[in-house]
Amino acid sequence: MADFTLRVNGSEKKVNVSAETPLLWVLRDTLELTGTKFGCGAGLCGACTVHVDGAAIRSCSTPVSQAAGKAITTIEGLQTGGLHVLQQAWIAEEVPQCGYCQTGQIMTAAALLAKTANPTDEQITQAMNGNLCRCGTYERIRKAIRRAAAGGAR
Amino acid sequence: MSPLSRREFVAAGVAAGAGLVVGFYLPHGNKSQEEVFSPNAYLRITPENKITIVVARSEMGQGVRTALPMILAEELEADWKQIEIEQAGASTLYGDQTTGGSASIRTTWDPMRKAGAAAREMLISAAALTWGVPRSGCAAQGGNVVHAASKRQLSYGELATKASTLPIPTDVPLKQSKDYKIVGQRLARVDTPAKVKGEATFGIDFRMPGMRFAVLSRCPTIGGKVTSFDDKESKKITGVSYVGRVSDTAIAIVADSVWGAMEGRRVLNVSWDEGPNKDLNTAAVTESLKQAAGKKGASLYSVGDVSKATGRRVSAEYQLPFMAHAPMEPGNCTANYSATGCELWAPTQVPQDCRDSVATAVGLDPDLVKVNVTLMGGGFGRRLEHDYAVEAALVSKAINAPVKVIWTREDDMRFSTYRPASLHQLSATLDGSGWPLSFTHRIIAPSISGQKGQPGPNGIDPDLPDEAAFVYTLPNISLEYVPAETPVPLGWMRSVYALQAGFASESFIDELAVAAGKDPLDLRLHMLAKDQDIQYFNTTWKTARMRGVLQLAADKAGWKNPLPSGRFRGLACFGCFSSYMAEVVEISMENDVPRVHRVVAAVDCGQVVNPGILQQQIPGGIVYALSNALRAKITIEKGRVVQGNFDDYAPLRMEEVPAVEVYMVPSVEAPTGIGEPSVPPLAPALCNAIFAATKKRIRALPILS
Repeated sequence: MADFTLRVNGSEKKVNVSAETPLLWVLRDTLELTGTKFGCGAGLCGACTVHVDGAAIRSCSTPVSQAAGKAITTIEGLQTGGLHVLQQAWIAEEVPQCGYCQTGQIMTAAALLAKTANPTDEQITQAMNGNLCRCGTYERIRKAIRRAAAGGAR
Repeated sequence: MSPLSRREFVAAGVAAGAGLVVGFYLPHGNKSQEEVFSPNAYLRITPENKITIVVARSEMGQGVRTALPMILAEELEADWKQIEIEQAGASTLYGDQTTGGSASIRTTWDPMRKAGAAAREMLISAAALTWGVPRSGCAAQGGNVVHAASKRQLSYGELATKASTLPIPTDVPLKQSKDYKIVGQRLARVDTPAKVKGEATFGIDFRMPGMRFAVLSRCPTIGGKVTSFDDKESKKITGVSYVGRVSDTAIAIVADSVWGAMEGRRVLNVSWDEGPNKDLNTAAVTESLKQAAGKKGASLYSVGDVSKATGRRVSAEYQLPFMAHAPMEPGNCTANYSATGCELWAPTQVPQDCRDSVATAVGLDPDLVKVNVTLMGGGFGRRLEHDYAVEAALVSKAINAPVKVIWTREDDMRFSTYRPASLHQLSATLDGSGWPLSFTHRIIAPSISGQKGQPGPNGIDPDLPDEAAFVYTLPNISLEYVPAETPVPLGWMRSVYALQAGFASESFIDELAVAAGKDPLDLRLHMLAKDQDIQYFNTTWKTARMRGVLQLAADKAGWKNPLPSGRFRGLACFGCFSSYMAEVVEISMENDVPRVHRVVAAVDCGQVVNPGILQQQIPGGIVYALSNALRAKITIEKGRVVQGNFDDYAPLRMEEVPAVEVYMVPSVEAPTGIGEPSVPPLAPALCNAIFAATKKRIRALPILS
């Protein structure tokens, strides 16, 4: 067990956990930020995606020790006040069915748009291919990213 | 068996002092006043004009929390924007609450309409009495009753107390579909904003004070048991507070975090009694299906006499593997067992079975088990089982504290209940012009319900009536079901036997078209040319409606138009869950691997309640079906399931997803299923396209095995 100071969604949180604990479980069980989901525990599905220093990472496969001291953003902190342009686009395109994977999808898409404001279809596929959706919402995810990239307009 | 056929609904409305309660209860025995006054009825209107509609089915992504209240709100003449939604837990007030069989809309359509209409009529009466005017001059609209002559109006809230003193009308007029204002509209789903904000509470997200986390170590071989275990290493893991056997087959590891419990399990030392199936493998399963095929089965459907049919004979065998549902949210359930009862927060498709199974497992009266239904991260039939709920209750009882049991992905993959593997023997005869004279389909598969101790009449699995119809007319038809045995746990997976039956039947019809040198569309239209009712168990199928979807899909896909070089098409149509579905799949081949570019789907599911949700469900079912067709395969070695995670059981990702177009046949018929009917036609349409491209017939799934 060790003490770690995490910067999560702009505020500092002290946690006492074992160093190899995946960031996912610290977020969910210790900090009770349950918007980040458990899907596979092996970096295969993307449901656990959060940002660490702006990059989309799989929190299920990232030990908390590697995230300490860095800026961690979860779905709860993606936008301060109101909805992120991607969240608005997700609503406009009626993307979610069960919705379980969608927070991870949005976090991956947000990292993409932060780097590539107007991605091509190929860049969208490349960025999103690691995020699984069993409801099969992929085409709407693509549309929502396009919509957000266009500033929310269709 | 339709749940409605087992029930006799009686509208019950009661004076609650504050508010109108309208709902339905089971009129068995003497219901206490409390039950009649139940807050779990379908509708509550308070004097503050708060209108709450209760959803008695489970939300797993299919939109019931939006679509079901729309049905009631329509008859109520409510203002949709005013409606609040409440999720029902396990109850005695709603009949069978099972969410499955694409049945939520079709089985609640009548009761929800009648609940809304009865309330509307009572509110109109209340207004007429309040104003002292004839009832005929009053009308309900937009959440108010208006009296046109005097230009007066009162909101439903203002009328609630008065309305609740009135007798319940038993025979209420229902609206004509042409007057619908809510049903048929593409209204936004009520659950979307919370889901994109990360605020939606799925089963795995539920928290309560003092709650601990548990994972279970289960015997890896099917039917095996715990012999003994040594928890010394597990207890060294920080946060692990309990390790103990909770059943013959499993040991629970409880900790103050999921990770702690998982670590405790990793180092747990268990010796297993691997049981009677320790040498079972997939080859033995296939062999057992072949053995069963030698037996005579039960007739599902018969026309003429296939044994006397003349003409050129064509025959083929098809085979399908076990498959796993793999919903994104792994299994989980929270339980709080105490001296006074057991409360559960369960992502379940069967709250009532959940309640009853938990009651048996922990030795409580079912009345003392309360099941709250959470949101579900997908279900696809996996959450028709209540294994997680029973585990959670047993662990909570063992530690005397609230606990959340979580399954890992590997647990979900290896301890699932699988779509039955199956074998299909098909044969047909063709006349001199190549038109079919006879069609025989023998479905050899273990029975899901049979394995669970509830075989249907004549051993016919009770799902087959909804899922194995043959909606064509021919002089001679024989559909037969031969039950096989397997120790591999079986479950209902999206479209259930319709996937197997549809794949075999619709692929084989393509073979007949090839054998006869006919266009596959023309061959099907020939078998649908006559308007005819086909009675298959309790469903009356109409050839005209199947012809309608087939023609619509073909037209929209441009079936008769030439394709660009390197592109190929296949089609299939199938009826299940009382809906009609046709799909045209367009592919190219890249290094012997099909690339699906476009799927054109046409559906006739009667009255559509929310076309926006339908436009989610059908592409969703098609993507699910494409995953199944390309790669889904669960194999068994040494009595264990081989696959464990999304690397060796790999669902479709964005790069493989085709463009899907969905067309609806307009209809005012009663609504039928929509969650599953898009699944069965996909694999045969795809394999028929692969044949068009390669002249190779795929007779076993998955395609990429």
